[in-house]
Amino acid sequence: MPQADSITTLSLRELQQGIQDGRFSVMEVTDAYLDRINRHDGTLNSFITVTHEQARANAVETDNRIRQGKLAGPLAGVPYALKDLFCTEGVLTSCASKMLADFIAPYDAHVAMQLKAAGGVLLGKNNMDEYAMGSSNENSHFGPVRNPWDTACVPGGSSGGGAAAVAARLAPFVLGTDTGGSIRQPASFCGITGIKPTYGRISRYGMVAFASSLDQCGPMAVSAEDCAIALGAVAGFDERDSTCANRPVPDYTASLGDSLAGLKIGLPEEFFSAGLDNEVASAIEAAVKTYERLGAVVKSVTLPNSKLAIPVYYVVAMAECSSNLSRFDGVRFGYRCENPQDLRDLYERSRWEGFGDEVKRRIMIGTYALSAGYYDAYYLKAQQVRSLIQQDFVQALDDVDVIMGPTCPSTAFELGAKTDDPVAMYLEDIYTVPLNLAGLPGMSFPVGFSQAGKPIGMQLIGNYFDEARMLNVAHQYQQQTDWHTRVPAQFV
Amino acid sequence: MAWETVIGLEIHAQLSTNSKIFSGSSIAYGAEPNTQASLVDLGMPGVLPVLNKKAVEMAIRLGLAINATIAPRSVFARKNYFYPDLPKGYQISQFELPVVADGHLDITLENGDSKRIGITRAHLEEDAGKSLHEDFDGQSGIDLNRAGTPLLEIVSEPDMRSAREAVAYLKKLHALVRYLGVCDGNMQEGSFRCDANVSVRRPGEPFGTRAEIKNLNSFRFIERAINYEVERQIELLEAGGQVVQETRLYDPDRDETRSMRGKEDANDYRYFPDPDLLPLEISPAEIEAVRADMPELPERRKQRFMTELGLSEYDADLLVQVRELADYFETVAQGCGDAKLAANWVNGEVSNTLNAHALEPVQNPVSAAALVQLLVRIQDNTVSNRIARDVFAAMWAGEGSADTIIEQKGLKQITDTGAIEAMIDAIIADNPAQVAEYRAGKEKLFGFFVGQAMKASRGKANPAALNEMLKKKLEG
Repeated sequence: MPQADSITTLSLRELQQGIQDGRFSVMEVTDAYLDRINRHDGTLNSFITVTHEQARANAVETDNRIRQGKLAGPLAGVPYALKDLFCTEGVLTSCASKMLADFIAPYDAHVAMQLKAAGGVLLGKNNMDEYAMGSSNENSHFGPVRNPWDTACVPGGSSGGGAAAVAARLAPFVLGTDTGGSIRQPASFCGITGIKPTYGRISRYGMVAFASSLDQCGPMAVSAEDCAIALGAVAGFDERDSTCANRPVPDYTASLGDSLAGLKIGLPEEFFSAGLDNEVASAIEAAVKTYERLGAVVKSVTLPNSKLAIPVYYVVAMAECSSNLSRFDGVRFGYRCENPQDLRDLYERSRWEGFGDEVKRRIMIGTYALSAGYYDAYYLKAQQVRSLIQQDFVQALDDVDVIMGPTCPSTAFELGAKTDDPVAMYLEDIYTVPLNLAGLPGMSFPVGFSQAGKPIGMQLIGNYFDEARMLNVAHQYQQQTDWHTRVPAQFV
Repeated sequence: MAWETVIGLEIHAQLSTNSKIFSGSSIAYGAEPNTQASLVDLGMPGVLPVLNKKAVEMAIRLGLAINATIAPRSVFARKNYFYPDLPKGYQISQFELPVVADGHLDITLENGDSKRIGITRAHLEEDAGKSLHEDFDGQSGIDLNRAGTPLLEIVSEPDMRSAREAVAYLKKLHALVRYLGVCDGNMQEGSFRCDANVSVRRPGEPFGTRAEIKNLNSFRFIERAINYEVERQIELLEAGGQVVQETRLYDPDRDETRSMRGKEDANDYRYFPDPDLLPLEISPAEIEAVRADMPELPERRKQRFMTELGLSEYDADLLVQVRELADYFETVAQGCGDAKLAANWVNGEVSNTLNAHALEPVQNPVSAAALVQLLVRIQDNTVSNRIARDVFAAMWAGEGSADTIIEQKGLKQITDTGAIEAMIDAIIADNPAQVAEYRAGKEKLFGFFVGQAMKASRGKANPAALNEMLKKKLEG
């Protein structure tokens, strides 16, 4: 029997193979991760809920089913965690908010059902920025998450808990969500691999909405191969989500051996301009050189409207969230204030006391942007510019197969560094939000470390529904490098 | 100078789908509170709406019936406001781009003229739940069974000039939606609700400031509420006052309208396209499929009943008001081969009996085939029209078929001239005074003899044979 800590260094494929071959049981795997969570999460705070008992009970049952030949497949017996905005029947779904601090969903999100059906074992629910609003995971009712590479630093956000958990090997893979970079930016800060698929690739049913036209679920894991396996399990049509694409899901692992010879890579000028940290820029350049060695052809592309992405994003996202969060009114579920005097008091105090500052800020901005007299100038104009941003990408991707650039302007920053300056925090998303506006798929994977030892992530952008190619592009790089396999010293 | 009334109506027709507009819950009326509210209807975190295609079909059907444009692309929008019976904090509706636009309906005025009422738009939306303020000890209860029920909001142009015109339009639309099978038209249960925008002006001047009147749940109330409101506005203006734009509630008990909320209290609904739903795209082929499936519309059917079946406009008009009644009539007319006889019966005995029992045509216990059998017995002189009414009553009561009842009750008409003759002879012999008077010229007494004969035959004497022989005998 291998040591528990050696189990948690295995890839998903190795993990499942080991379970299938009987080299270790689902219970041993589950216990190995639960043990690491027990040992390390006091430091990281990457979980809001750890489902100890359910996970172990599930492990027993899963072991039985696998032994009886009733369960097989790439995720059979594999543990995972979910961002705490995916509804899970009987398990707290808090969205890291006081508003839902006691909310037990009566149903499973589509992706939770998919992973259950695949035989995965839920370890718990990851910490996050409240309602997925934030870029540092400091906006959590349950306290901030710390970056495993430097616990004085943030893990990024809003899927910061999941990213930290994977980086510290507290879970082999997690599902996060990405509305403006919330998978890619924490993946970059934590030195792991994450993919935000094309909008519509994965059902949003049961995912508590932040901004409906931008939100997309995606997996975060150590490697592109692991992401490919996880993505395959959760992608696909679901008739309960009208925006979900009804098209077949390829086997994302099947193309992982394809050669990159002749791959056309576009580098957008706009992503390598002022504001980009030098260390990040050098790491990206070095990674691009690796691709050239693998036979790829590099050319420059331009995304002239991408500089407008941040203002457009913050109008659209906030407008949508101001409406999406109206259902949290203290009437049917969630937090209700003490002794409301009347209906108005119930609404006002429940929402004032239940939501955190950033959530309230965004609701107010969004409400303003949709108000009579401002709608045309803000929301409508933002939607028009959104189309221009999308057209830029469509044109660029006519010329190249993928686009590469930095995921973030810099590496992970210290806790509190940007909390007093919301605009500085919003600029964290400068390279990531344009994709969400365009609905395109994007990835982040590690391409090096800063001198201070903090991970640097590269963003990879593909065409609509071209996730298979993107995963292989990242995978080929990971065959040449070992950045992704490194584990923060404190958590080895 | 006189005042001119200007009225526009907004009608909410509840669509007769089986399930809600964005979820699979039933929309049946009268269930225990919150038993027909799914996760989607409750506005649970994470749930999403999925459009019910049936509701779209019904909107198209109405659109075609009012000669409107069916939008190839329409958009669902969120209407944002807080209310406890609105679970999501917004209502999904259509705002800038409705599914149906620019239609019309022709109404018949009292002087017989036809008037065209423009229909600006009809859009799909979801209903809210209900707040229950009784039985909760100072608190309010929420029933979300109705939340998500599909509605078609049908908005007219301000084309009506009197409460009567408004009611005529409303009745016409009411008959149409029932005809099309898109709404059951039940005003008591709120399936067909009306708000009226009312203003007055001097003829030729621009529109005056309007008040919107709510809570109009019967044709009678609508007429009374509009008339009250018109008088109120005229009095106000003539006293030098001004009408303020506001929403007013009609109180049927006091027959008055009361201010509910002013313009300044109106919500800013912050409409924007619902990102959870794709734009609704309707292809020409889909429109044609609905068109092919459309029932014959009342106006057209009425014309056909007049030209092909020779019915009077009055009879034809009555028959086409309710589709099931018209269908019933057509089956009966075809079965007995006499459209006029069928129309007399369907508009007469059948409709009267339905009304007396407060039943809808679909609830008629006497099938068309059963009625045909009875009418055939009138045609072949087995029973008189009068006796047939008794037979019909027995059929209604479930006593069996026309033939069975005629047989069992011995209602067969006496056509045997010998028997009739003997009966008449006996009557003449028993009433010598009346016979003398009649013969002296008091012809009105003929009815008396017919009555006596019918009494003697217990109504079974063939009226034609009886009349003929009676006349002969009396004239001696």
